[in-house]
Amino acid sequence: MLTIKNLHAEVEGKKILKGINLEINKGEMHAIMGPNGSGKSSLASVLAGRDNYTVTEGEVWFNGKNLLDMAPEERAREGVFLAFQYPVEIPGVSNLNFLKTALNEIRAYKGLPALEAREFLKLTKEKQQLVDFHSNLMNRSLNEGFSGGEKKRNEIFQLAMLDPQLAILDETDSGLDIDALRIVSNGVNKLRDAEKSFVVITHYQRLLEYIIPDFVHVLYNGRIIKTGTKELALELEERGYDWLKEELHLKESV
Amino acid sequence: MINSNEIIDDIANKEYEFGFSTDIEMDIAPPGLNEDIIRFISAKKNEPEWLLEWRLKGFAAFKKMEFPKWQHFEMPKLDLQALSYYAAPRKKKQLNSLDEVDPELLATFAKLGIPLNEQKALTGVAVDAVFDSVSVATTFKGKLKEMGVIFCSFGEAVQEHPDLVKKYLGSVVPHTDNIFAALNAAVFSDGSFVYIPKGVRCPMELSTYFRINAQNTGQFERTLIIADDNSYVSYLEGCTAPMRDENQLHAAVVELIALEQAEIKYSTVQNWYPGDKDGKGGIYNFVTKRGICKGAASKISWTQVETGSAITWKYPSVILQGDHSEGEFYSVAVVRNKQIADTGTKIHHIGKGTKSRIISKGISAGRGDNSYRGLVSVGPRADNARNFTQCDSLLIGNQCGSHTFPYIESRNKTAMIEHEATTSKIGEDQIFYLNQRGIDSEKAVALIVNGYVKEVLNQLPMEFAVEAQKLLSITLEGSVG
Repeated sequence: MLTIKNLHAEVEGKKILKGINLEINKGEMHAIMGPNGSGKSSLASVLAGRDNYTVTEGEVWFNGKNLLDMAPEERAREGVFLAFQYPVEIPGVSNLNFLKTALNEIRAYKGLPALEAREFLKLTKEKQQLVDFHSNLMNRSLNEGFSGGEKKRNEIFQLAMLDPQLAILDETDSGLDIDALRIVSNGVNKLRDAEKSFVVITHYQRLLEYIIPDFVHVLYNGRIIKTGTKELALELEERGYDWLKEELHLKESV
Repeated sequence: MINSNEIIDDIANKEYEFGFSTDIEMDIAPPGLNEDIIRFISAKKNEPEWLLEWRLKGFAAFKKMEFPKWQHFEMPKLDLQALSYYAAPRKKKQLNSLDEVDPELLATFAKLGIPLNEQKALTGVAVDAVFDSVSVATTFKGKLKEMGVIFCSFGEAVQEHPDLVKKYLGSVVPHTDNIFAALNAAVFSDGSFVYIPKGVRCPMELSTYFRINAQNTGQFERTLIIADDNSYVSYLEGCTAPMRDENQLHAAVVELIALEQAEIKYSTVQNWYPGDKDGKGGIYNFVTKRGICKGAASKISWTQVETGSAITWKYPSVILQGDHSEGEFYSVAVVRNKQIADTGTKIHHIGKGTKSRIISKGISAGRGDNSYRGLVSVGPRADNARNFTQCDSLLIGNQCGSHTFPYIESRNKTAMIEHEATTSKIGEDQIFYLNQRGIDSEKAVALIVNGYVKEVLNQLPMEFAVEAQKLLSITLEGSVG
């Protein structure tokens, strides 16, 4: 579904990604871990198409289409969803109106008619329950005055509503207390199915106790330096990243 | 991917939708401003002697006045002698019904989406259409007449209802008020007249649609609305003009009079030609609008959506003379390219227990410059007067300007005056967030802007709110920063 080949990217002339290779198939859950500044969030931004990132080398294919050729909204309509690390606030635009616009844009792209108000509200209710999202947040302005946890839950709620093929969760666990973490993780787990793939970016193994990954990748200095299964995450939790860095330097100096 | 600068440039190139001109036979007076032309206009309109005298007094006042200097923009050079002060579609004979209106004219209004044909009008809005200087058609007159509502062109009112006109003309905006009001008094061409009798709730929206077509003319119409005791009227005003390289002056005067417990709601969607991306051409919209709540517990509410004009310069105001009367001002002003807006309101609290509410939303894009200027004054007699002002600015891009000049004068200790102001910017982060949910940048801006102005648009009658919303989306198309 998603193929990343030798991806290089920079921000303001600074090299951030230095040759990422990654293959994600339908229904897989990939976790990307790594120390601060290793390029985890940059990878998410590049995939979503944030315009201050320049791709200097490499390719990204999504369902056979060149993702890098697409504007951010096209990528979204094709089925790439980014749950933001820091969701923005948009005063005056209600959560409901925003979601309706987004959903109908995506539907129009797929040649589907806009959802009628009744169907839309029904869907909203259903998904609210699925991810345990408070209905009183629906009519509020988008993320305005939401607590950190509410914002993250809103991201997962939007994920449920827009039903993408690929969801990238950028440090969705940061700033969540243990209860909120459990609610968010439960929501994600309920959304898992054979068609949908996930990339979960996180600092901590904690999240992966709730969301069990099929693969764990360690990103360091703009490259994936190790890939394993969920056991790798446990090992990282225990030993930190230093041993991997040393391993890498040993390899490189040989 | 398009970067934000390109997108900002894009709006500049967005064409003005209503920029066509109509080829029609016109009577146009030679250019020049003098007593002769004033007499000519007055004679053309078959006016009584008192009105000609009033015009001449206006002209005398005008000659003694100078252009103001306090505004937050450079006063453009206006050559008032180069303008023609009378332009009218040539009529073969007196018109008795709409069928006799020049089909070319009807076609023009149809193109503008203004239904003049009563049979086909679905919206239940009575329209007075003013083409250049002359009112060409007023719809639904018969139906209104049954209820005693007078809705006609100003010229007709002078002929048919001279007493009402004489009593109220200049009573809110005197001919000496300011230089443009004085000019208007001298050369005003036509406009609309409304009288709502005692106890009548006007059954439909009344609307005037102004269209400037002729070249090198100014438009100087006058609107006079009188709501007698316990009556209600909602009045709408819309305007467009062709694209021309030279600037055109629009110096109108609007006077509203609300008697005891009467309510007047006046809404404007202003979309005069704004000039091109370099600021060439466009309308100078220098208008004096003022209402007086003469009677106790009366109410006047101004709502304006200003998206057009090279320069918009106006302060729709309310004099709260009657005890417990109420004034409101809701405004959205949008500038882009090199447009300038210096607009706001003046509310004078004179009567006891008077209340006012001001909600102003300024949106600046491109190299536009937007100023809110407002005065809230409370007189010594206005015990327990209340005012609430909220004044918000939204910036799009980094080349635009936004300014706020609030003036508060209180001479009564019991008055309570509140002023809130915010400035915000549509951020790239916000746009990207919406992009990432499948919404393109233009729609994203429209979504944010419509959210921002919702409070004001909610004040407009339904059809106009929809139109205004569309207009805002078109106006700001591509303006992302």
